[in-house]
Amino acid sequence: MKAKENHGEVQKKNVRGLALWTFLWTISVAVVTFGSQYVWDSKVLTGVSILISTVLGIGMIRANIKYLLSLDELQRKIQMDAMGIALGIALVGGISYALLDTTNVISQDAEISYLIILIGLSYMAAVLIGNARYK
Amino acid sequence: MKNRLKVLRAEHDMTQAQLADETGVSRQTINAIEKGKFDPSLPLAFRFAKLFKLKIEEIFQDEE
Repeated sequence: MKAKENHGEVQKKNVRGLALWTFLWTISVAVVTFGSQYVWDSKVLTGVSILISTVLGIGMIRANIKYLLSLDELQRKIQMDAMGIALGIALVGGISYALLDTTNVISQDAEISYLIILIGLSYMAAVLIGNARYK
Repeated sequence: MKNRLKVLRAEHDMTQAQLADETGVSRQTINAIEKGKFDPSLPLAFRFAKLFKLKIEEIFQDEE
């Protein structure tokens, strides 16, 4: 009994850690974006805020690795499958989207934010489908 | 791969949650193994064998 309690507790702790790092990184990206646009007019400040955001991003990646290592083998398989699907969709979708831009099929420039949204949505959908498959 | 996990669990009067606790995995994983949707790793199969005091091949059988 004890082993599982610890296993579950470790998982919960790692989920909280990942949520915190993700929150901090998201806030830092917003600070860099809006701060440099509306609050300050300094390349030094922008550079420092980008550096801080990058460090927080590395923290988020480390927290994600820690979270993945705390999962059991089925949960990890579901996550890995979802990441593989999201990566594939990002690659194919991203290249197609870039081609639409470079060949002038679409009038506006390709935006990285659309690609990030696509990755996020496909990852979430793949995790939900994976969990439903092994229910 | 077929397995006798559900039968063994019933013989030992254990719930899926209890078996999950004993082997350090989630209840979802126990359920997926019992239904034959997921094949466990060798270390996890050894944990089942140790818990039920059986050989791995007495719990898991190749379907061919």
